[in-house]
Amino acid sequence: MLPYKDLKEKQELIRNGQLSLKENIQSFLKKIDQQSDLNAFNFVFADSIELADAIEKKIINGSAGKLAGMVIAVKDVIAIKNKPLTCSSRILEGFISIYNATVVQKLIEEDALIIGKTNCDEFAMGGSNENSAFGPVLNPLNKKHVPGGSSGGSAAAVAAHLCDAAIGTDTGGSIRQPASYCGILGLKPTYGRVSRYGLTAYASSFDSIGPMAKNVYDLAILLEVMSGYDEMDSTSINKPIDSFHTKFRSHVKFRIGIAKEHFDKGLSIEVNENIQRVIAQLKNDGHEIIEVEFPHAEYSIATYYILAMAEASANLSRFDGARYGHRSDDGIDLDAMYTNSRSEGFGEEVKRRIMLGTYALSTGYYDAYYKKAQKVRRLIQNDFNKVFEKVDLVLTPTSPTTAFEIGAMIDDPLQMYLMDIYTTPANLAGIPGVSLPIGNDSKGLPIGLQFMSDRLGELKLLQITNLLGEQ
Amino acid sequence: MSLSKKDIEHIAKLAKLKFTDEEMAKMEPQLNSVLEYMDKLSELDTDNVEPLSHPVENINVFRDDILKDSISTEDALRNAPKRDENYFKVPKVISND
Repeated sequence: MLPYKDLKEKQELIRNGQLSLKENIQSFLKKIDQQSDLNAFNFVFADSIELADAIEKKIINGSAGKLAGMVIAVKDVIAIKNKPLTCSSRILEGFISIYNATVVQKLIEEDALIIGKTNCDEFAMGGSNENSAFGPVLNPLNKKHVPGGSSGGSAAAVAAHLCDAAIGTDTGGSIRQPASYCGILGLKPTYGRVSRYGLTAYASSFDSIGPMAKNVYDLAILLEVMSGYDEMDSTSINKPIDSFHTKFRSHVKFRIGIAKEHFDKGLSIEVNENIQRVIAQLKNDGHEIIEVEFPHAEYSIATYYILAMAEASANLSRFDGARYGHRSDDGIDLDAMYTNSRSEGFGEEVKRRIMLGTYALSTGYYDAYYKKAQKVRRLIQNDFNKVFEKVDLVLTPTSPTTAFEIGAMIDDPLQMYLMDIYTTPANLAGIPGVSLPIGNDSKGLPIGLQFMSDRLGELKLLQITNLLGEQ
Repeated sequence: MSLSKKDIEHIAKLAKLKFTDEEMAKMEPQLNSVLEYMDKLSELDTDNVEPLSHPVENINVFRDDILKDSISTEDALRNAPKRDENYFKVPKVISND
């Protein structure tokens, strides 16, 4: 446990001389080392301690940035200048970033400290963190189980108190599902809310960067700093950003939508029981529970995977061994250099997705797969538009189960994809979602609940998360 | 629609990937089970639905064409597997025959 409940309290302790930022970082570094079996970090930055004195001084004299003293871990798919960027892939072994991602630049400008880069599924493709060239991450709450993925290292690092908070990315659930499996908070912002500049592209029309934390204050202030228009990302949204960290405490009553499609077969009994308990409590607290419909819910996974794999196959064509990354020694001509470098560098799941994506885009199959999926994406987005005319929030489970055992699904990719049933719709529609812990199952593994809102409705997500956390 | 070994070899060629026989044998049923699941979408009538290619349907985003510094040559070549002065070095592209 940490000697403070959130960043606000941490900054107060530092200001009053009751906490030394340097000692705080030292203790994180020590814990990371002691718990290296979790395999949460790909790289640890011991030099983060060099900034501690200067930031501590700023906190004391009142000139510090919003995130001053917050010790953050960043998923290893995001660029930090002069640091390695591997995406947990062999193909990027030895790669050093030559610039900061916009989101990293924003964290640094607000005086956060970056303590390391976290392990993840290779190129953020996976839901268990087992697809990593650095090996699997273990769930700190039960080391036989996965931490979820793809931001599994970020979730495990936060849950094991190896940092104050972490940055993850979410293309089909990769922030929310690991947050759920590790019992922490994870928020996927509206598509375009946070600039993707400096994020290695997986599926560009889905990728979102977001915060993972243990309390709503930290989640809110991180989101506030990370958000905003960026001329380096033409899909970033140019709209004012709410003061999330001052507004998330509120006693608004919400209209909350529940759909029976989300409580169908496949959902674990224990997860369902816990969610029903929360629904009853929300009713009791004066929120209105409204039944809504998602007629295309059952098509989300097929739609998502066709489109994400197609985008991945195009995005990952840049890894050719020519300009950066792994180059095979076994390449007598240019074509062999490409093929051998890619075949040696990519892992199994990444290759599978490139293959399926290439197929979905190939002559003769484009209409049947890619275009068809784009049409169904429209239908799914329309479902959400209709539902949000009637409600403020939609409540679903985050995942059908709690964290499963390592190895349980490794040879059955389809089974693994089906776990994303509740998270992929938000990415398809481009709307925000948050996962929050609501209890444990009989094995002591955390259960996550998801709220989604309409575009740019993050404040509502923070408010409801806070209301449930207050009890 | 089911993929044969020959289909998979063709896709691998397009994707610039290669697989051992063992990898092929493992991958074939995996790819086919995913594709079979994806065929679910054909149940839906989407004749009058506009494809949605992106959640934010922006019109083109333009900027003024102003000359400014970008990354340096040295930075651009920093991660090169092989270089020759200011060039990326790759195997010979044009063959003699």
